[in-house]
Amino acid sequence: MTVLGTDEAYADRGAPVAGAGAGAPKRRRFEFLYFALRNKKLIIGLSVVLLFVLFAIFGPLFVQHSLTTYGPPRRPPSASYPFGTDYFGLDVFTQFVYGLRESLLVGLIGGCGATVIGMTLGFISGYKGGLIDEGLNVLCNVELTIPGLVLLILIAGFLHHTSPLIEGLLIAGTTWTWSMRAIRAQTFSLVSRDFVGLARLSGEKSRSIIVREIAPNMSSYLFLVFILLFGGSILVAASFDFLGLGPAGGMSLGIMMMNAADWSALPLHTWWWFVPPGAAITCVVGGLYLANVGLDEVFNPKLREL
Amino acid sequence: MRRYLARKLLIYILTFFIAATLDWLLPRLVPGNPIEQLLSKIELQPGTYNATYKLYMHSFGFDRPWWKQYLSFWTALFHGNLGVSIYDFPKPVTSVIADYVLFTLALLIPAILLAYYAGNKVGAMAARRKSLDNTVLPVGYLLTATAYPWLALLLAFLLAAGGIGHFFPLSGGFAFGILPNWDWTFIWSLVTHWFLPFLTLFLVAFGGWAIGMRNLIIYELESDYTHYLEALGAPIRLVRKYAYRNAMLPQLTGLALQLGVIVGGAIVTEVTFAYPGLGYLVFQAVGNDDYFLLQGIFLFIILGVLAANFIVDIVYVIVDPRTRVGISGA
Repeated sequence: MTVLGTDEAYADRGAPVAGAGAGAPKRRRFEFLYFALRNKKLIIGLSVVLLFVLFAIFGPLFVQHSLTTYGPPRRPPSASYPFGTDYFGLDVFTQFVYGLRESLLVGLIGGCGATVIGMTLGFISGYKGGLIDEGLNVLCNVELTIPGLVLLILIAGFLHHTSPLIEGLLIAGTTWTWSMRAIRAQTFSLVSRDFVGLARLSGEKSRSIIVREIAPNMSSYLFLVFILLFGGSILVAASFDFLGLGPAGGMSLGIMMMNAADWSALPLHTWWWFVPPGAAITCVVGGLYLANVGLDEVFNPKLREL
Repeated sequence: MRRYLARKLLIYILTFFIAATLDWLLPRLVPGNPIEQLLSKIELQPGTYNATYKLYMHSFGFDRPWWKQYLSFWTALFHGNLGVSIYDFPKPVTSVIADYVLFTLALLIPAILLAYYAGNKVGAMAARRKSLDNTVLPVGYLLTATAYPWLALLLAFLLAAGGIGHFFPLSGGFAFGILPNWDWTFIWSLVTHWFLPFLTLFLVAFGGWAIGMRNLIIYELESDYTHYLEALGAPIRLVRKYAYRNAMLPQLTGLALQLGVIVGGAIVTEVTFAYPGLGYLVFQAVGNDDYFLLQGIFLFIILGVLAANFIVDIVYVIVDPRTRVGISGA
């Protein structure tokens, strides 16, 4: 599935910016900017994501009703209720604004956490090789086989109380696997290069070789991995919240959809209750995926359409 | 080939071992044990709490040393004993699962296979024709970026609840008021109830496969063997056939990797449509604090995913000759 794991293709292609050398870092940066500004996919994807992020940050300024102010129930969108009201007469727009904030936050925590885990294990595995690599690889394969959402449900079933932070970390703990594989493959291809060998000869410690020689040479790739994991975490969080396992008392896009489903939004035709949250998820995640493809083209000269 | 399959099998056995251990360990790690939670729901005579607590701890074996509990867990597991369900008391967990598993399989197997087949075909066609690509690419990205619960709700609203029409029933596995009986009314009822959950799973997975195949084919068409074939004057059909075959390998690996995601999607979809499969059962188990059922379903799903993975591995051996001669291809 290439949307979420071009790792095979990547492994063959080699690190996108590997061998950049110390030549002209400044010119390279401008070169990236030059191609970034001309890449439609990147511009569109990033704009959509930025729009929703800005909306999540400044949305509360436009909210007219609080999360607990009851108005007329089941009203379609109107001037005073831009997204209508729910079964109980609560403003859907208010829920949407706060739900979007929490969904983005959980996605961000999940994406960052998974990237950090994937990076750490991927670097160690790819750099050390041998038994450590073998062990970590088996661990990764085991986690890959266990369905993430099912494991999450099992944990949440026993945990009973979650907060956005715990939810994000749990998601990170089940989604890091493919990123570790991909980063491990990239590290393998970098480790055999001369500059890494030179760093070794000069007596640098493994940790500083990874941090100073290997990581910067695949920073663009790591950023792509983060974008995909961010989008993936938002999707997982939506399913997780929809099943009623999300933070108690909180509001998220998944919880909105759960409430809508639980309180007969379908037979009552109150579509404005569940269409906005799901549409927002599709837009944000779709925007992230699109930006990912665009960035890939910017970073990798082979993919540029000239 | 034997080494390849043996290695895979070893990982699967290890996976099952770790999953089962997790299954056993999780309720013991989490603060507040299940017995306390069970007892907090019943009103007890004052002063009897401690005695009842002890009794329950003893009858569930929680007062024994941990390694004895662990060993007896495995003994019970090998006897096919997963405990008794609380949600469907006093049925054993295994027979509760057996009641629901067929619905899930009927949903998952066609959805996975058809989405994989159609997605790969359409993706390969999109790589060939720019006009088709302009629709397949954005639609594919939108579909993969869609959360399962939303697509399920949307389809249910549009096609079942009357957004466009009442073409399909809204929920359940078959209509109320019909007894399960192998006649045409019952089968038709099964099919109509099956269709929307199936469509949800199919659509999301389809988008992913289509984009994956499209990108892989474009990538393959730039490789050396393609240029060599072209230089030899091979017909474009032949070149594309080779590109498709080469692109199939990463897609097949992807299939194994995606199984878990699709199973997760099935859980959410079944809950939305109240479709009586394992996903719906998981939801009931969580809602009713039925830990035995939850643990049982978890193990059962793991076993299913492992079996499916193994089938993919065997297909891989058939498709990729490198695995047969010992050069690892996967």
